[in-house]
Amino acid sequence: MKIKLITRISVALLTARLKQTMVAAFGVTFSITMFIALLSFMGGLNKLLDNLILNRTPHVRLYNEVLPSLTQPIAKSDEYADNYHFVRHIKPKNELLEIRNSAAIINALKNDPNVRGVAPKTTVPIFYNVGAINLTGVINGIDVDEENRLFTFQDYVVQGKTTDLKNIPNGIILGIGAAKKMLVQIGDNIQITTSDGTRFPLKVLGFFQSGVEEIDKVQSYATLATTQKILGKSPSYITDIQIKLFDMTLAPALAKRYHTLFETEAIDIQTANAQFETGSSVRTMISYAVGITLLIVAGFGIYNILNMMIYEKMDSIAILKATGFSGKDVNAIFITIALTIGLLGGALGLILGLGLSALIGQIPFNTPSLPTVKTYPIDYNPKFYLIGAVFSIITTYLAGYFPSRKASKIDPVDIIRGK
Amino acid sequence: MEKKVIEAIGISKSFHNPITVKVLTDVSFSIHAGEFVSVVGKSGCGKSTLLYILSTMDTNYEGELLLDGISMNHKKDAELAKVRNEKIGFVFQFHYLLNEFNNLQNVTLPGLKFGKLTTQEVEHNAYEKLKILGIENEAMKYPNQLSGGQKQRVAIARALVNEPLIIMGDEPTGNLDKKNSDMVFDIFKELAEEYHQSLLIVTHDLDFAAKTHRTITMEDGRIISVGLPQNEVN
Repeated sequence: MKIKLITRISVALLTARLKQTMVAAFGVTFSITMFIALLSFMGGLNKLLDNLILNRTPHVRLYNEVLPSLTQPIAKSDEYADNYHFVRHIKPKNELLEIRNSAAIINALKNDPNVRGVAPKTTVPIFYNVGAINLTGVINGIDVDEENRLFTFQDYVVQGKTTDLKNIPNGIILGIGAAKKMLVQIGDNIQITTSDGTRFPLKVLGFFQSGVEEIDKVQSYATLATTQKILGKSPSYITDIQIKLFDMTLAPALAKRYHTLFETEAIDIQTANAQFETGSSVRTMISYAVGITLLIVAGFGIYNILNMMIYEKMDSIAILKATGFSGKDVNAIFITIALTIGLLGGALGLILGLGLSALIGQIPFNTPSLPTVKTYPIDYNPKFYLIGAVFSIITTYLAGYFPSRKASKIDPVDIIRGK
Repeated sequence: MEKKVIEAIGISKSFHNPITVKVLTDVSFSIHAGEFVSVVGKSGCGKSTLLYILSTMDTNYEGELLLDGISMNHKKDAELAKVRNEKIGFVFQFHYLLNEFNNLQNVTLPGLKFGKLTTQEVEHNAYEKLKILGIENEAMKYPNQLSGGQKQRVAIARALVNEPLIIMGDEPTGNLDKKNSDMVFDIFKELAEEYHQSLLIVTHDLDFAAKTHRTITMEDGRIISVGLPQNEVN
């Protein structure tokens, strides 16, 4: 009953000043629209840039590095325990790059509840033979299915099909940068040379473009079996185990555990790509700051209009108080007005924000380094809409709070006697 | 003896801006149910100030005020608002109708705030009050479509809608011409005599005052005469 009455009075006051009300509501609409569009666009861009690296990067990578033995024979001697050791003659061995007992490690990882998937990899440094010169390169021997599932490999293959790699023996998917230098087409044969001088012919099955030019000039993909053949190693020869987790934030802790458990090097994504996290968090912060500034400006608009309304409606407030409306009721009336402006303007803003971001999402955006992206990326994250809605209510409430308090403190005697 | 609807006991008030001026000194009187009382006095004698204290809108005074036998001292703002809503009807010099609402809605507002009756019942009551005042045909019009006298009648209907203990008027005829003031006076008289409504009207119109049941005369913040009920004079 009371709420209905207060709403009725608020609506009457609102409609009495319809133009002003609409201007105030439009201020909120505009700021929410821009807030949503800005954050969706920024969010989309951030995701795109992060995915450029993060999609291709395992959460934890197990590998062996060419390192000298940590314990030199002299250290084992009791006789020289207190002396400085400068006799370090045991050099790194050749087969150290191989992860030993890889089948068992992969099996153990697949049973780990934190792990979403495991993709083994064999990396071979090679030279592409182009006429008289050799270009340095790296062939990654991969498990095609797992690579597709975990690292969206197929998205980056711009010509040819990833399944061909499985079906055609001795095939290679070349990095597009390398392919351009070598002037090859799909179906051509190329020659490569390994670091120990073995030559090997490979058939070009497709081109690969990651968006990072330095990678595209160097990297190529073949199956695990092909790379093992190039190296003349057994099918158990694996140099990297790439792990994707369900929760990326666990990566540093798990990397440490795997390091001690499997006796390999283990690097987590946070350590390997610290700069990307920083970049996107700063960008996100800037867009929030701009969006919230817009909202605060809209709040001042509401504050102004409510203040004006209170001056205009001084008589009405006085008579409402004289006929038994308490300060609280008057306060509620003006807060209702402010919130109505906020809610209507905010709701319209959310819709227009969705529209504007969808519109931005239609603008063509072609860049040679991002083959999968055709239009501007938009992140339709419901979180932005929630924040927009909550902030529009909070700012309009605050903008309404002070004028409402002033209205509730109006002394009817002052107004009525003043006439 | 009828029961007292309002009793003021030793009410004093001073303004302190910038120097202390005493506007009311030890004002005591009472009004009984069904009485039609006027307060007269020269401009600045404190009669309006007294009315606002009696109406509970001004709480900054010394002394005691009893409304319907209940002390109004030490009541909170919200409680006083409730008292004004339920027990006091106001008529001011200016009509103070809300232009956003039509006349009927203006009359119903205090009734809806009271919240004792349903919206339909309040509207029915409001319509009845307008009928008593002879302006039921204007119910659906808006205040700015009415003449001054009609607006004042709507304001009186608004004062009546909650069937208050007392109607207070601050120069209710001050803005009206002779014809309209006579009409407003007749309405008050009718309310007092037919509906047994208590009224307390502040006025500087001595003709108006002379026709009421009793006239309280003030000078320099004091009551110099509480008057005698007219039937005893005659």
